[in-house]
Amino acid sequence: MLDVIILVLDSTLRLSTPLLFACLAGLFSERSGIVDIGLEGKMLGGAFAAGAVAYWTQDPWLGLLAAIFVSVLLALIHGFASITNRGNQVVAGVAINFLAAGLTVLLGQAWFAQGGRTPQLDMDWRFSPITLPFAESIQNVPFIGPIYADLLSGHNILVYAAFVAVPLTWWVVFRTRFGLRLRAVGESPQAVDTAGISVAWLRYRAVIICGALCGFAGAYLAIAQSAGFIKDMSAGKGFIALAALIFAKWKPVNAMFACLLFGFLDAVANLMQGQSIPGVGEVPVQFFQALPYILTVVLLAGFIGRAIPPKASGIPYVKERT
Amino acid sequence: MTISLDNQSVREASTHGVAAIELKGINKSFGPVHANKDIDLVVGKGSIHGIVGENGAGKSTLMSILYGFYTADTGDIIVDGKTVKIPDSKTAIEVGIGMVHQHFMLVDPFTVVENVMLGAEGGAMLSEGIARVRKELGRLADEYDMKIDLDAVVGELPVGLQQRVEILKALYRGADILILDEPTGVLTPAEADHLFRILRVLRDEGKTILLITHKLREIMDVTDQVSVMRRGEMVASRKTAETSMSELAELMVGRSVLLEVNKQPAQPKDALLKVANLNVKDDRGVMRVKNVSLEVKAGEILGIAGVSGNGQSELLKALSGITRAETGSMELVGNTIDLTKNHSSSDFRELGMSHVPEDRHRMGLVNAFSEYENSILGYHREQKYSNGMLLNVSGIREEAKERMEKYDIRPRDTELKAAKFSGGNQQKIVLAREIECDPDVLLIGQPTRGVDIGAIEYIHKRIIEMRDAGKAVLLVSVELDEIRSLADRILVMFDGNVVGERGPDATEQELGLLMAGVTDEAAE
Repeated sequence: MLDVIILVLDSTLRLSTPLLFACLAGLFSERSGIVDIGLEGKMLGGAFAAGAVAYWTQDPWLGLLAAIFVSVLLALIHGFASITNRGNQVVAGVAINFLAAGLTVLLGQAWFAQGGRTPQLDMDWRFSPITLPFAESIQNVPFIGPIYADLLSGHNILVYAAFVAVPLTWWVVFRTRFGLRLRAVGESPQAVDTAGISVAWLRYRAVIICGALCGFAGAYLAIAQSAGFIKDMSAGKGFIALAALIFAKWKPVNAMFACLLFGFLDAVANLMQGQSIPGVGEVPVQFFQALPYILTVVLLAGFIGRAIPPKASGIPYVKERT
Repeated sequence: MTISLDNQSVREASTHGVAAIELKGINKSFGPVHANKDIDLVVGKGSIHGIVGENGAGKSTLMSILYGFYTADTGDIIVDGKTVKIPDSKTAIEVGIGMVHQHFMLVDPFTVVENVMLGAEGGAMLSEGIARVRKELGRLADEYDMKIDLDAVVGELPVGLQQRVEILKALYRGADILILDEPTGVLTPAEADHLFRILRVLRDEGKTILLITHKLREIMDVTDQVSVMRRGEMVASRKTAETSMSELAELMVGRSVLLEVNKQPAQPKDALLKVANLNVKDDRGVMRVKNVSLEVKAGEILGIAGVSGNGQSELLKALSGITRAETGSMELVGNTIDLTKNHSSSDFRELGMSHVPEDRHRMGLVNAFSEYENSILGYHREQKYSNGMLLNVSGIREEAKERMEKYDIRPRDTELKAAKFSGGNQQKIVLAREIECDPDVLLIGQPTRGVDIGAIEYIHKRIIEMRDAGKAVLLVSVELDEIRSLADRILVMFDGNVVGERGPDATEQELGLLMAGVTDEAAE
């Protein structure tokens, strides 16, 4: 039994990682007042860049850098549309999603001619699992051994990075000057403006960070979890990350738990695939896939109370004529 | 008042001690609106300087220029003897100007400490700054009697304390010149008194205070010097001790050419509109209309005079069914209506009331709609305009065309968007719509605001015609001349109360005093 539990939890960590990066990315953007429905697209663009560059250079780190670069570029397009030109943030985000979905396949086909995929990566061109110190020596200690050796150890560096990013994000948002201003600009940009701080520059920095984190998420998908980019491989994770963000009420530690929960549901869905539950029979896998969304609606409606977004999110900042 | 007279007093002010701020020839336009025209202003160091004027007189624009929120088109700003450019708020803070905005610039979910330190954190990490803010706020609180719970969430504080946070914010940033924009609008009288005590202490400590308000009593109470703005111009500057409320009221409202309106004495009949015991709160929960009762008879025009912001807007909104009243009822053409319930304006319209709202852009018209569409707003359900599903577009256009002729709306183009018409013609579109439906009771707010002289005469004539046709007209205007030339009876509102009733022959002086809140008893 412990084996199965550890298997599911281990899988949970892997599946939560891209959600967590994307969720924290969204947190920076939305805390600054920029609604980002384009997490999905940035992730996908990043994944493609990572797959392509890791293949060409045979180096996962360069793949990661490329993912960050492309994702930040997409974030800057979003920023240019919604900060500089005060466009509709949702529309701009949707455009980013379409752009990434189309462009990745187009370029993939043009460059690699494998139906939009990037070529299969060798083991050492990807981020490979890391064995934590002493994992092997304590493997046989009951209970603690398997938890340490099989659950916590043996993930690639990006998984650990995602979980390190949580306290880091908390610290940046709640303990630094940048974080204070970030929180303020999402609530009341006019207060920030009258305090002598540039609203636009602050929001640009937020979307750049958002882009970078989406780059991590994309790189994880293409060159850590899989061995190359596949068409539409983000598969709605950007949207689940948004749901997790709302669920987490835009707070970093909550975001981690929300992403773990959604990752767990995903892991269970994988496990239950094709298996039948006694007395119920085979449950369609779609049911488990829909669970995160159902859960979000149900929990938001009744259990965790109202999730109030940053007050100014979605509203372009225009100095008001008084 | 003439300009030449006032330059003299400006010069006089500048010879008094050092000037903390000097403005020379400030101009600012927003598109066609000239919000500030050649403004000169001298503010003495260590004084409380009031700036009065009606809403829309350009006070807030001027202060926004001073605080770097807007940049002036032309003109110089001199702070402490040095000419400065203030392109943004950061620069304003650097030269020692702090501002308490009318709508607070606070981050609601933040604590007092976080709000105060925003933009003046003193380092990339917060911990050090937090300690410094706590210490400094403790000192300021003692020095100026401004105690406040530093860890309270600002959004949960009462407005009086929120304002205190704004002042502390400015002081923490080392402001020597403090601008307060309509600071008492949201305060209770007791809170306002406390604020004034704080301002006096600040002045005595050498700070310079600019107080923007349209409340004359506050000016008389707390300022040393007062400047009056009207329609974008600085029309006068006085020592507070040497002026009076009635003089200031006159200067604020202005004495434009009195438009002669030919009319016979009114022949009032039965009351068509009776309002009893009306109390109305605004969106912020401040009581803006207090115990107002009135009646308007068929065949008379009842004028409501008052400096703007004294409850007239809320009165109109409550009577037309736009907002709910706290208490009060209305009798409209024989139907008793409980105004504390939610109503729709169309219910009142069916009972024979029509309404020309004060703000034609926000409430009277849909600017992006064409003229013919605007000509049926609110009446679109009527049978002649629609069959329930589809609009009778050709019929509507036809009628709109006739009305354009009748009311001389130019250009005569029913397809033109409302925004493209001039102010006077826009007003005529609204007026035509609200008069042509043949109401028994007509509510009119600021009928000639932003309207050219020709259209003013026309609109006045129409209003008189309505009266002579036996309608009951309730006219709200901040233009005293308009009230005096049109109304058969005049009620003056001040701070939500009706402070007096006068006949059409009341003098400007008399009304000005009432508008300043000097009631009959106090005047004697």
